[in-house]
Amino acid sequence: MGAAVLQKQFESVLQWQVRPAPELVRTGISEVDAATGGLPRGALTEIFGSASSGRTSLLISIVAAATGRQEICALVDAEDAFDPVSAAASGVCLERLLWIRCGHNAEHALKAADLLIQGGGFGLVAMDLGDTPPRTARRISLTSWFRLRRAVENTPTALVTVAQQSNAKTCASLMLECMRQRVMWSGSTPLLRGMQVRVVRRKPARELTACFQTAALE
Amino acid sequence: MFASFHGSGNLRGLAFEFSPIVEQTAPDTVTFDVSGLERLFGLTQDIAAAIMRRTGETGVKANLATAPNPDAAICAARGFAGVSILPQGDEAKFLGSLPLKLLDPSPELQETLERWGIRWFQDLAALPPLGIAERLGPEGLRLRQLARGEVDRKLVALEDPPRFEDELELDYPVELLEPLAFVLSRLLNGVTTRLATRGLATDELRLRLTLENRAIHERRLRLPVPSLDQRAFLKLMQLDLAAHPPAAPVEYVHLEANPVKPRAVQSGLYIPVAPEPLKLELTLTRIKAFVGEDKVGSPELMDTHRPGAFRMTWGRSEFTGKLRPAPRVAIRMFRPPRAARVTIDSGRPSFVTAAGIRGRVLELAGPWRTSGDWWTVDPWERDEWDIALSDGALYRIYCAPPGWFVEGSYD
Repeated sequence: MGAAVLQKQFESVLQWQVRPAPELVRTGISEVDAATGGLPRGALTEIFGSASSGRTSLLISIVAAATGRQEICALVDAEDAFDPVSAAASGVCLERLLWIRCGHNAEHALKAADLLIQGGGFGLVAMDLGDTPPRTARRISLTSWFRLRRAVENTPTALVTVAQQSNAKTCASLMLECMRQRVMWSGSTPLLRGMQVRVVRRKPARELTACFQTAALE
Repeated sequence: MFASFHGSGNLRGLAFEFSPIVEQTAPDTVTFDVSGLERLFGLTQDIAAAIMRRTGETGVKANLATAPNPDAAICAARGFAGVSILPQGDEAKFLGSLPLKLLDPSPELQETLERWGIRWFQDLAALPPLGIAERLGPEGLRLRQLARGEVDRKLVALEDPPRFEDELELDYPVELLEPLAFVLSRLLNGVTTRLATRGLATDELRLRLTLENRAIHERRLRLPVPSLDQRAFLKLMQLDLAAHPPAAPVEYVHLEANPVKPRAVQSGLYIPVAPEPLKLELTLTRIKAFVGEDKVGSPELMDTHRPGAFRMTWGRSEFTGKLRPAPRVAIRMFRPPRAARVTIDSGRPSFVTAAGIRGRVLELAGPWRTSGDWWTVDPWERDEWDIALSDGALYRIYCAPPGWFVEGSYD
């Protein structure tokens, strides 16, 4: 009798809480959207790959899509590597982009990203650790990544990080690995025409692959 | 007791020096209440003398009249040169010699009065009120009262332009920012309350600190939108003072707010989320404290072909970006560009070494020769190459007068 009463009283507490599926936003690349469904809001997405693997092109495309939706975006640039000229050519509305240049300091980048997420109101917060040496990026504690994940939870902000390797581990809801398949040169006088990039979804579990091509800068 | 100036110069400013209740009767006439000044100066003559002394000092050229009621003072100031003092009860007698046109009657009334042969105050004052009321109506009756100096009314007082400022002289110099925050909080509270009572907000706060070494430390906080959020103001000031601390202990604090109309925003269900302006300002100030003032903002491309030319701004609203259907190759810049050693083979780069970069050139495109600003003192020219190195990455390198550099990597 007592157990039945207790069960009735605490049923709702003891039940496994099912989280609602996050809202997904487009990356601006239809092939990647088709394979992944888009980027989850209120969660951490990790994009990683070696140098010239196409991860920055993917990030810039995500930022362009977000500014195209009239959202305010923030780019926390740990290594001061962002190029506004190529970003504008890729369709990023620079007026809607807040660029934080952290001057080769990953710790400052983490702190700035945390403050921006806490401040709220951004459609996208991107943290670029693409040129941060893997040793330095590995030193970022899992606690920091958990803190970021917790801060972005239940907000309409999509948090995206770019690095050479996966750092956030279990804190990331979506992991995308970029690999360059080939570089396209053309013409009798060779000209860099673009890259073909393969994007592999490493998390959630089932591996999915998408390929996209980037065009050359004009 | 009332006084009236009729003349030219800063009459209003001068009147405010003697009374808080000042009426701008006409562009060249100012009337003010001098009741109570006898405690300060003595007799009415002494008050008039003090006012005229100040008139001489300020360079104002005006007639002055004092009277028991405002309209008698106005008539006397307009009609008599110099200083006139109308004693209580003798107004009609004093004003009697003035012409009726001073009262500015309507043309019809003036014509009627002239036909009757009435041209002076004393003529009108001598007429019976009942007869005037029957023949000339209320306007005639009012003119008779004015001519007799019998109209009593309240002044339509000018409001001194409101200044939203507060100041505090400290008993002892404050060295730390934390106790200073309490002082600022108190001043902010007063200023924001005054703004709120008038339905105003502020978009700029000016703080002036007088330091122990007699130096002045001034800070100006510009807000992105008009606001009245006292807590946010205090936090912004604390962060600003932490970034730009005063050089010596603070003895005197003066705070001034610029009054503006509050922002009215129409919100909507389908408007994308955006950071709340004041909260964002606070966040950016916090971030600027550790990354640097010039490292936060929105990049704005400049109207030049010079590579990497942009400036940091924030707060622009126009949309100038063009949406592209296909993604473009992005470039990651090395700031500053990495100095490189490049081996040339048949006029083309064949091996590149730079900090963190070393490899044989597998494929390349170039050179792309660019130059500009040759008509200025800061010209530039360079030969650019896009190269694929054996380390697996794509780079943009260039040769400019000091040597070779790796500008960035395509990613």
